[in-house]
Amino acid sequence: MIDIYNLLAEIVGEQHVSNHKEERYFYGCDPGLTPPHEPDYVVMPETTEEVQQIVKLANKEKIPIVPKGGGLALTGLVIPQKGGIVIDMKRMGKILEVNEKSRYVVVEGGVTHGMLQNYLKKHHPKLRHSIPDSPAISTVVGNAVIHGQGRLTQQYGFNSDMVSGLEVVLPTGEICRIGSHSISSQHWFSKGAPWPDLSGLFLGWFGTTGIITKLGLRLYPCKKMRDVMVFLTDKIELVPDIILKLTHTEMTEDIVVNEQPLPPRMKGNIYILIIITGDSDEELDFKRKIIWDALWDIFESRDGGFLSVPADMKPPLLEMPSRDVVRFADVRKGGGFEYSGPIIPLEKYPEFITKQKELVSKYNLSYSATSRVIAGGHCMMYAFAFTFNRADPDEMDRIRKALREAAEFTVEQGGMMWKPTIEEQKMIIERMDPNTLKIMKKIKELLDPNGIMNPGNWEA
Amino acid sequence: MLQLNFDPAKCIACKTQDCLVKCQYLRLDKDKAKTEMQKIINGEDSFVLHDCVTCYACEEYCKMGNHPFYLIVERQEGKGILPAPRSIATMWINQCEPRGRFTVGKVKERALSFCFIPIFPLWATGKLFDGIASSYIMGEEFFCNAVFLHYAKMSVIKDRLPKVIENIAKLGIKELICLHDECYGTFNSLAPAYGMKVPFKTTHYFEYLYEKLKELKDEIKPLNVKLAYQRPCSNRLSPKTQHFVDDIFNLIGAHRVKREYVGENALCCAEVIRMGQGYKIADDVQKRNLEDMVKAGAEYCVFNCPMCYLSIGDKVSKRGLKPIHIIDLCKMAIGEKTAPGV
Ligand SMILES: Cc1cc2nc3c(=O)[nH]c(=O)nc-3n(C[C@H](O)[C@H](O)[C@H](O)COP(=O)(O)OP(=O)(O)OC[C@H]3O[C@@H](n4cnc5c(N)ncnc54)[C@H](O)[C@@H]3O)c2cc1C
Ligand code: SF4
Repeated sequence: MIDIYNLLAEIVGEQHVSNHKEERYFYGCDPGLTPPHEPDYVVMPETTEEVQQIVKLANKEKIPIVPKGGGLALTGLVIPQKGGIVIDMKRMGKILEVNEKSRYVVVEGGVTHGMLQNYLKKHHPKLRHSIPDSPAISTVVGNAVIHGQGRLTQQYGFNSDMVSGLEVVLPTGEICRIGSHSISSQHWFSKGAPWPDLSGLFLGWFGTTGIITKLGLRLYPCKKMRDVMVFLTDKIELVPDIILKLTHTEMTEDIVVNEQPLPPRMKGNIYILIIITGDSDEELDFKRKIIWDALWDIFESRDGGFLSVPADMKPPLLEMPSRDVVRFADVRKGGGFEYSGPIIPLEKYPEFITKQKELVSKYNLSYSATSRVIAGGHCMMYAFAFTFNRADPDEMDRIRKALREAAEFTVEQGGMMWKPTIEEQKMIIERMDPNTLKIMKKIKELLDPNGIMNPGNWEA
Repeated sequence: MLQLNFDPAKCIACKTQDCLVKCQYLRLDKDKAKTEMQKIINGEDSFVLHDCVTCYACEEYCKMGNHPFYLIVERQEGKGILPAPRSIATMWINQCEPRGRFTVGKVKERALSFCFIPIFPLWATGKLFDGIASSYIMGEEFFCNAVFLHYAKMSVIKDRLPKVIENIAKLGIKELICLHDECYGTFNSLAPAYGMKVPFKTTHYFEYLYEKLKELKDEIKPLNVKLAYQRPCSNRLSPKTQHFVDDIFNLIGAHRVKREYVGENALCCAEVIRMGQGYKIADDVQKRNLEDMVKAGAEYCVFNCPMCYLSIGDKVSKRGLKPIHIIDLCKMAIGEKTAPGV
């Protein structure tokens, strides 16, 4: 019988492999509702070559592999459904290059958003990346793999749209370069265009088609100043129109829409956070006025208005990532948090918020509905977010049911489930155009002939 | 049902119609003012009800003590005229609702009212508050609710204020030192205007500071600085307290600069105006106000109201003046605080 543990130890060193109960327990669960399932081994490689050797070994022995970043996707995507090896990417934590002129960075597969944020602040203060509101230990790659969204998503699209190249270890062990650097190893400015964009073979696949060991990411100008405006309305049906008017100005960085019953000041209104940036007071002032004017008719009709935000209230609203989001995630205490964040057409917002309220009262849940506008308003992420106490199985069950109903509702409304659970993936697959599904299957079989990569996910 | 003590006969007898003639936002001559006030009294529509920016000033302008502004608010509410978007009023109503999260210090007969403004406990420290800092009340249960004057919600005030008075009285407080003008104005103008009895004495914190500084006279080192004072909207409810600003400045050796926008002609911080009327009027008010401070040669802008401070402190700073709250200014004079930066 072949000794996988020792073979893994030979690759990564004994300190960086484990089959101990503690590690297996820890790597067998996430903060969400998916039931735990333990891996057999956990490894922490440091180089692409080590990843390659692990993958080759696993492919030869047909052992499942699950790549893991921060493990914060919350929907069970890093829970090894069939055991096997969890590859924790955190030791691959080098920021390899920043190109200030073409504005991109190349990072290793385990670099976290927090590391990149601090690095840029210190070494390249004129550049920034799109920071999500997930805790700072979430990884740039994990976030791109699930098509995450961040502070620059309203302007530039999903964080995955900002990818400018990949290095991937394929399930069969080859190292593959995707994008401009496939032809010239120094240049990571494009992930595909003007040629076939092969990044689509890996982004959105939840680690089922390969392990990303390096990633190029577009960076954007970091303006000297940021400010926040808060628009309140009690008319849910006006929200799509408000967003349309706001995005028409092309003046905003981020637009986040919040609806929640607590704290009491938030009850009964929709809060629309509008972030603006500028290099001078004049620039900010100009933007502020354009934004005011864009919503002037709603203001005059008294259906909505801007809150004067005192100076002491601004820092928490401008903070990246937002501590308030993390605080909400644990508001029930007991470490449970899951949100399904369907990507929905803008005009569907009122239907989704109505559905959320219906679910909340039906299942007696605490909630927050946070939505982020994507790419100038073509769509938005609508978070059915629930926090729970892991020691309360009844509450967990009620949330499971609510999320299930939310998923069904999303599909009915033509929305796309974001980072779907395996159960939700099945729901999607059942409804998918058969020819689309056929392509997905062919890709999967071609890239991962032995089906070792994150099994259970995207399986027809 | 609480009724406003408003006497139409006083308006008819009034020779000046100052309440509306002096208004800094609406242009009315004496005749027009009389006509519009009559309409308001009669319960008819008037453009005043729509265009009023809720600066509170007519309460001060009316020398007959007839509460024109409270009447305006009553009429706005009665007619469903919204001086600000509904959502802003809703936010205040929900935020200020008592929900049992108040704190009460070691309350003695004399106590400080911190409203529910978190910065007050940080300011009410040091020698100026020796012996009283721990005797305080704080929370929505003690909140004066005057803010609803800005949102045509007199009904909320009438509903909540009697309970607030009762809550304070129940603690055995005989003298309440109000750290916020709104609080003092409420107990000395708004409550009596509706015949509400306030069974405890209220002292404006200006008076308290003045008396305390006199006690600490030997420790005062004259500041020798030039100051502009930012008068808040709510001070219009208690104009008699204004002299304390000069009294305090004199005691601490500070010089108040000569300004156009002073006393009755003062301009408010305009952030409430921004929410209700939009940025154009608010920006104009703030620009005129700050330019006046600069032109007058002020080094400091001294705040009374913490909300004004938080709202325009940054802007003041950008114009090269040092924003400071009057409590901190007094602390500077007795050596408890160093001068702030711009
Ligand atoms: C409080 C809170 C707030 C959040 N806010 C946001 C937000 O604003 N925006 C947002 O986008 N998300 C948000 N999230 C969700 C999530 O945490 C982030 O998207 C996070 O960036 C995911 O990264 P991760 O490293 O945790 O990924 P993981 O959960 O570790 O992995 C995600 C998926 O990618 C795969 N994967 C990981 N690494 C690799 C690799 N190297 N190669 C191939 N596949 C890989 C995994 O197998 C898994 O399928 C939030 C979560 C929380 C808890
Ligand atoms: S409150 Fe101010 S704006 Fe309104 S009428 Fe009185 S003085 Fe004029």
